[in-house]
Amino acid sequence: MTTTIPTRTSYETVIGLEVHAQLLTGSKMFCGCAAAFGAEPNTQVCPICLGMPGVLPVVNKRAVEFAIRLGLAMHARIAASSRFARKNYFYPDLPKGYQISQYELPLCEGGWLDIACEATIEHHARREATIERPARVEGQSKRIKLTRAHLEEDAGKNLHDMGNGASHVDLNRAGTPLLEIVSEPDLRSSDEAVAYLKALRELVVYLGICDGNMEEGSFRCDANVSIRPRGSERFETRVELKNINSFRYVKRAIEYEVERQIGVVEGGGRIVQETRLFDPQRGVSVAMRSKEAAHDYRYFPDPDLVPIAAPEAWIAEIRAALPELPEAKRARFVSEYGISPYDATVLTGSQALADYFEAAIRHGAPPKTAANWIMSELLALLNAEGAEIAGREDSARSIDTGRRESALCRVTPKALTALFALVEAGTISGKIAKTVFEEMYKTGAEPDAVVAAKGLVQVSDVDALVAVIDQVIADSPKELAQYRSGKDKLFGFFVGQVMKRTEGKANPGKVNELLKARLSAPTA
Amino acid sequence: MTTDLWKLTIHEAHALLKTRSISARELLDGVETRVAAVEGEIHAYLTFCHEDARAQADAADRRLRSGEGVTPVTGIPIALKDNLCTTGVTTTCASKILEGFVPPYDATVVERLRGQGAVFVGKTNMDEFAMGSSTENSAFGGTKNPWDRARIPGGSSGGSAAAVAADECVAALGSDTGGSIRQPAACCGIVGLKPTYGRVSRYGLVAFASSLDQIGPLTKDVTDCAWMLNAIAGHDASDSTSADVPYPDFAAGLGRGVRGLRVGVPKEYFIPGMDRSVEEAVRAAIAALEREGAVPVEVSLPHTEYAVAVYYLLATAEASSNLARYDGIRYGHRAKAPADLFDLYARSRAEGFGPEVKRRIMLGTYALSSGYYDAYYAKAQRVRTLIAEDFRRAFEQVDVIATPTAPTPAFRFGEKTQDPLQMYLSDIFTISVNLAGVPALSMPCGFSPEGLPIGLQFIGKTFDEETVLRAAFAYEQTANWRTMKPDLNPPI
Repeated sequence: MTTTIPTRTSYETVIGLEVHAQLLTGSKMFCGCAAAFGAEPNTQVCPICLGMPGVLPVVNKRAVEFAIRLGLAMHARIAASSRFARKNYFYPDLPKGYQISQYELPLCEGGWLDIACEATIEHHARREATIERPARVEGQSKRIKLTRAHLEEDAGKNLHDMGNGASHVDLNRAGTPLLEIVSEPDLRSSDEAVAYLKALRELVVYLGICDGNMEEGSFRCDANVSIRPRGSERFETRVELKNINSFRYVKRAIEYEVERQIGVVEGGGRIVQETRLFDPQRGVSVAMRSKEAAHDYRYFPDPDLVPIAAPEAWIAEIRAALPELPEAKRARFVSEYGISPYDATVLTGSQALADYFEAAIRHGAPPKTAANWIMSELLALLNAEGAEIAGREDSARSIDTGRRESALCRVTPKALTALFALVEAGTISGKIAKTVFEEMYKTGAEPDAVVAAKGLVQVSDVDALVAVIDQVIADSPKELAQYRSGKDKLFGFFVGQVMKRTEGKANPGKVNELLKARLSAPTA
Repeated sequence: MTTDLWKLTIHEAHALLKTRSISARELLDGVETRVAAVEGEIHAYLTFCHEDARAQADAADRRLRSGEGVTPVTGIPIALKDNLCTTGVTTTCASKILEGFVPPYDATVVERLRGQGAVFVGKTNMDEFAMGSSTENSAFGGTKNPWDRARIPGGSSGGSAAAVAADECVAALGSDTGGSIRQPAACCGIVGLKPTYGRVSRYGLVAFASSLDQIGPLTKDVTDCAWMLNAIAGHDASDSTSADVPYPDFAAGLGRGVRGLRVGVPKEYFIPGMDRSVEEAVRAAIAALEREGAVPVEVSLPHTEYAVAVYYLLATAEASSNLARYDGIRYGHRAKAPADLFDLYARSRAEGFGPEVKRRIMLGTYALSSGYYDAYYAKAQRVRTLIAEDFRRAFEQVDVIATPTAPTPAFRFGEKTQDPLQMYLSDIFTISVNLAGVPALSMPCGFSPEGLPIGLQFIGKTFDEETVLRAAFAYEQTANWRTMKPDLNPPI
């Protein structure tokens, strides 16, 4: 791109996102087939999702409930009566020749999602590897309006290049329930788009309605992008970007598109309304179809389905069963446990992690100690093996869908709390505690068992420590002389020697105290 | 044993089966003997189920012997319109695009009849995808009217109606989107009922126009009609549009008479240009009911004149979408050696669908297209509401409405094939009923000078098939039309 910096800053980016979240209903939108990912082609199909003659759809009530959950969490209006519509087009992966979606009367309209606004979006250098989400600074968020959220069914998949020159169709995914979540064009940068997506992904995972897996396509994003002169209120011609299946690609795809559009406008051209496909390999987007070639989908209300009724009482029931949402949980962690907003953000990164933290506190762990240990030690080990704290098995909100080989954390909140107690009681040092923790993580053993088995009990006995200290002093005449001549820095050397000879088991406080006294005393 | 068991009605056959005076197998053999004698003349069927039918008859006989699980349709040979899905039996909708298609599932009505021990004789001919009023649109040849083989049997359930009229089955099921049960019943001189929309599950009925389609019986008399409705009605969780309402024993109140029953006579249904014999026969039937104590009341259904236009927008719009699944990809006809995907679609559908089906797909696609939707589809929906409102208002004054079923008796083959609009007008008296969703029945009420049956239509309130059947039964008792049989001179 040849655009100069002043040119670029004279444009404003306008983005609206359409997210397709695959709902964790277990069964498909309009039939009883399983909706699991990765099964052998065409093994999760029936006459209904195959679009055979004469069959009829029946609405999956759980999908409606999930959609209402999201609508309530996003402060949307839930329609007392909404309709399914047919979107008509021909494609081999679309068995009926139409997709059942919603058009005129969607289930959820209006509402919003608060995201960290641009100025506050910065990835903390600290623990960059372990924390994927931006930190929020309290009071500095931006409200992104929701246009609508509606239910629809997914299509199947066409499989090409299978070595026999033929194309194949896998209809396992056909009929899988999707919630399409459409934002207003309120986003003004790729960073805001990513922040919105992350917040939305976190929300759907918290709500237990979607596993948020972008790689497997259960959380997909299309972006509508346009540019306009800074200060203008007009919406210019937009381009739809499809197939962006990671946060990184969202950012890159939007940035590429903004540069491309600036280039077109600066070069005296006009933006054409079109759909473009982002190619992450090459980092560019290519035009799929222009508006001239756009489908006329001939939407009309699906006569096979009666309007979805969502009576007040049902909505109230769903509202009452909503889990505590990330924003509320973060605020509560700060006020209730006195931890920093940053720590609260990390610890509410998933429902399971937050539950783990609170379980430790219930067992008596000091909140700040628990926060520090979980964030530094536990997450480091989990990330090292690509594992995560699994959701409670009995929890309806479990994010463990059985799709991934998610290793269970072997250190229970109770055992972690017991470890803190050993440090607090002086049985082991904080340093030894890390060794003990690693062993607990590996084997799932209780901390006192690890300490006993490895003989890691802290040495606090004065006589024993004095004996070691005196030996160290006797063995280091040169260092002793320098220390006594004013080289205070060498104190650390003596501490190190003592710790080395006690294999780290010496009580550091006691060592300091005794060492100081012995070093300043005249030589025996 | 008597050789004319094929003449029996369901209730007559049931009485003999229950007392074991005849066996289900004998009854089936009787019907099949009749089929062998007259089917060459009529061509009511597309597929026969000899083997399965025999097994079903034998199973019915076991039930009858044990006395367990015996229902009014146990052992009764029934014909099914070929748009009702039948496990393991070809279901074509009389279309080349579904030639050889064998569903792995039963329509709910088929499953219910099967569960009650019915015997399926075969699948009957029809207008392709139920689009037509003469059965001439079948891809596999027309069906002849048993009363005059130069004439059409009506349509689209022409095969079912002809099979019942020619005694090639004891009763049949058809489907009615704009008159497709009632008009052929009228043409063939039998009883046909379109139940209230939602009364009978549509699951497994190959859709033509989903908001209008309804399955119903074609029978030799009104009692059989009530019995068949009993056998197939009721809520079905597989069809969201099937109504979860109580369903009574439709046969229980048949004989209650019509004393004081207010019978509406809509002035819009007696139009200039309609066949005189039809008008006379219908007026005579109303007079007969009056003699039985009914009170005729003139009513108005002011939006009747728009019904055909509304119907041909809504039904075709829905059809254009419903028939999109026949794309040559998963089942049905696929064009040979396609150049690309578009060519595969275009040629599979061009080769598979007949001209009337194509005409309606194009009409419907046009009506739904962006820029035309509001002017056509949306407006038609609003007029549909007005038509339903007409009936609601009329039923504040009357209990049932009586009209002719069709403006003329059965016409000759080819008479209207060149003029689709004339063909569409055959349904002028039946279409409003589907748009309003109300139940209606056609039954014979006389003969034209040429000896062709004339149909009388009773229209009822939503979910009030009972009153429709009661009026029909009362009229049936005043006349002997049901004893009249076409002269087929079978060589037996």
